[in-house]
Parts: sequence; structure tokens; C-alpha cells
Amino acid sequence: MQVITCILHAVSDLYKALAAPARRAILDELQERDGRTLFDLCTRLTTGRGLDMSRQAVSQHLDVLESAGLVVCRWDGRSKFHYLNKEPLRAIHDRWPVETPNDREEPADENHDDQRVCG
Amino acid sequence: MRITMTSVYVDDQARALEFYTETLGFVKKQDIPMGEHRWLTVVSPDAPDGPELVLEPDSHPAAKPFKEALVEDGIPFTSFEVDDVPAEHRRLGELGVRFTQPPTETGPVTMAVFDDTCGNLIQIVSRR
Repeated sequence: MQVITCILHAVSDLYKALAAPARRAILDELQERDGRTLFDLCTRLTTGRGLDMSRQAVSQHLDVLESAGLVVCRWDGRSKFHYLNKEPLRAIHDRWPVETPNDREEPADENHDDQRVCG
Repeated sequence: MRITMTSVYVDDQARALEFYTETLGFVKKQDIPMGEHRWLTVVSPDAPDGPELVLEPDSHPAAKPFKEALVEDGIPFTSFEVDDVPAEHRRLGELGVRFTQPPTETGPVTMAVFDDTCGNLIQIVSRR
């Protein structure tokens, strides 16, 4: 039971983490260039994306992203570098897979609408 | 009142002098023995009578925790202007300088951040 609670908690952390525009902006920054210090992210978020965020706010957003496993920290020398970890996003794709045209093996038929599952 | 001096707190004055002169290109100005430490300053070769950078010992107990906190977050202690940050980044890289932030365009300037080997991160900026 504890394992299931843990997994459910982790997944809800993921959606909560992605909900905030500021946190999505941080993920965008790391996607553009990975392995960055807090100062590095702060300067780009403020001047590059026009987001008025204090260093403390960015730090708190990074903590939320870390809890969700979307950001991992590594020391290099005496500085902390933040790295993007997209593994948790697999849960989204697994839950709602995106089909490509090649995935469809049978042609659509007129009864297709009746066969669609609702909910 | 005029601004003629600014300080950087270093963990080793001899090593700081070597780094700030031989690697960064500043020139020693004052070097006065004062017991355990020295009154040690450098200036830019472009402005020999301009502002002096004091290479101060970081022996005060508050200094090291403060420096470590800044370095952990990647925050530079101070900033110097150069003509061209990408060129300076290449030059310093070839001299073995470690950067925590590569040349980054932010607004009207380009900036980068490197380790001064004396417990500080230093920022360099150039106008775009």
C-alpha cells in the first residue's frame, strides 16, 4: 500500500511541478542548455524571458522540480549545477501515448464512432 | 568622495597575485607588508591610475561561509568589463581557467563567470 501511495504521490508531484509557467520556463532553459547554476538560470529567466523572479523564488521552483525528479543536482567543484531529467515525463506519454499514422494497422470503418470508449 | 578601491577576498594572497596578474592581466600596484598579511592591490594596465583592486585576505570568520554560499549558487563576487567576452573566454580557457557559465547574452551585454582559484567566482561582461 505504501508503494502505491508513493507512486501516486510522485505522479501528482509531476503534474504540480509542470503546472507553474515559471517552472516550465526553467525546464525550457535547461532544454536549451543543460547543467546550469542558480545564478545562470536567474539571469536568463529575468533578462531573456522577462520573468520578474527573485533568486529565492527561482530556488524554490527548482526545489519543486527536484522533488518531482525533473531536475537533478550535481556538484562540480564547489558549485551546484542543475540538470534536466525527462524520465518522469515518460509517465505522461505512457498514460496517453501519441500515435503516429504508422501505428494504425486497420483502416477506419463506419462503426468506428460506436466503438469509441468514453470517459 | 571618489570610488578608488574595491576588494576581493582571497584565501591565499600569493596565489591571488599570480592569478590576477599572470592569468587575468592586471598589474601589481601596491604591496606593503603588514604582519601576517600584505596590503596588496592591482590595477588594470588600461587604467594604471584608475581604481585599485585590493586582494584582501578572507581571514574574518564570516568571510568563508559567505564566499562558499555565493560559489554554491554560481553567484560572482564582482564583475570586470572586457572588450569581447567570447574572445576572453577562449583566451582564459586556454590558460586553464574553469568557467561555471559560458558566454551568455543577457540584454545589452554578453557575460560569463569563472573561478578565480581563490574561493570566488568572477563575472566578465562586454557590450554587445
